[in-house]
Amino acid sequence: MNSILSVHTVRFIILILLQVLILNHINFLGYINPYIYILFIALYPIKNNRITIIFLSFLLGMIIDIFQDSGGIHAGASVFIAYARPVFLKFAFGTMFEHQILKFNTIEFSSKLTYFTLLTFTHHFVLFTLEIFSFSKIILILEKTLFSSIFTILLSIILTIIFSKKIK
Amino acid sequence: MQQIINFIIRFKNFLLFLFLFCIALTFTILSHSYHTSKFINSANFFTGGFYKSFHHISRYMNLNSQNDLLAEENRALRDLLYNTESLDDSTYIDTASYKNDYRVYSAQVIKNSYSITNNILTLNKGKKDSIQQDLGVISSKGIIGIIEKTSANYSSVLSILNTTSRISAQLKKTNHFGTLVWEGVSPEYIKLIDIPKIAPVQPGDTIITSGRSSIFPKGIQIGIVNDFKLDQTENYYEVQVKLFNDMTDLEHVYIIENLHTEEIKSLQRESADE
Repeated sequence: MNSILSVHTVRFIILILLQVLILNHINFLGYINPYIYILFIALYPIKNNRITIIFLSFLLGMIIDIFQDSGGIHAGASVFIAYARPVFLKFAFGTMFEHQILKFNTIEFSSKLTYFTLLTFTHHFVLFTLEIFSFSKIILILEKTLFSSIFTILLSIILTIIFSKKIK
Repeated sequence: MQQIINFIIRFKNFLLFLFLFCIALTFTILSHSYHTSKFINSANFFTGGFYKSFHHISRYMNLNSQNDLLAEENRALRDLLYNTESLDDSTYIDTASYKNDYRVYSAQVIKNSYSITNNILTLNKGKKDSIQQDLGVISSKGIIGIIEKTSANYSSVLSILNTTSRISAQLKKTNHFGTLVWEGVSPEYIKLIDIPKIAPVQPGDTIITSGRSSIFPKGIQIGIVNDFKLDQTENYYEVQVKLFNDMTDLEHVYIIENLHTEEIKSLQRESADE
């Protein structure tokens, strides 16, 4: 239990540092940034209490917000996906999730991709809706969501592939 | 009572989610209105110090280009200096009235931002260096923004690349003035609205600050006209301005204090009261 706890604490801190020091400054084509910190929410163990993950996601988003001067947009989006996560899990993994035998190290690539895609698109859509905050610019919102999501999904798949080998 | 407690226990996940989401929403709405984001900003002690220490490392990356910029500016200043001296010989300048209009402080950008819709910068000067709210910020090439908040050692700047920013600007060749706004799309272009239709706008014209707001002195360069068209009412031009400043590459900036702000404001207030 202790080692699991420390793994997640370390992941929490490393993802925040990676996000605020490097990834927020990429600005590919002017405005496309990956928001890789949601990996923490995606890979959080399923058996744990849901209250904990909702609260931790809020904390994670708030820290990113304070560094980015963006009010509460990351906190809002993170809390939203943390709450909606069981729905995505059920859609992507089906019975494996219902029988509580799911482990992120051993799942198939295709269902992992579905899961990440759903999570990332939802997160980015809520994020950019809150950031731009006007429905007359819905095209801009969708455009930013699409491009940033592709970037985030690619990076999270690569990161999980790299780090899953070490755990085995 | 029992039922209320049961209800809370049954829906505790949802209630917690709703509660935290509302907090996040409140912060978002607060940050959208000018001057109200009290403590969620990067000029506070913890994040300011953090960015400063990281800035020490990252500034080495672009030392070369920043040196070039400074050298270029030194040259321009030297030009100005020699020109004034030669003027002194031939004409009389009333030094008592013009030398003390503005005071300039230099500062460094420790956190730049240009990709979101409401961009805010952080500088390494604060109240200790007598920086106050509403001072103008410029670089050697053009305007950058207005000081929004100050802490003891840091200050945050409302960038011109912010959808809530409004700055008065005019054409260099005539005195037709309008308002600078940003639409949140590209950090290279900014929009100048409310220019009267009668103004002779041409692509390639220079846009400068108008000096009407008492924040910026008149004549600081902003950019050149890239494109223009009539707005929906067909009475005003909407001008697309290409900025001289590369807002994605900022390091050394200058903060401008107008020493007569109080006087101008009190005069305007008196006139408005009458």
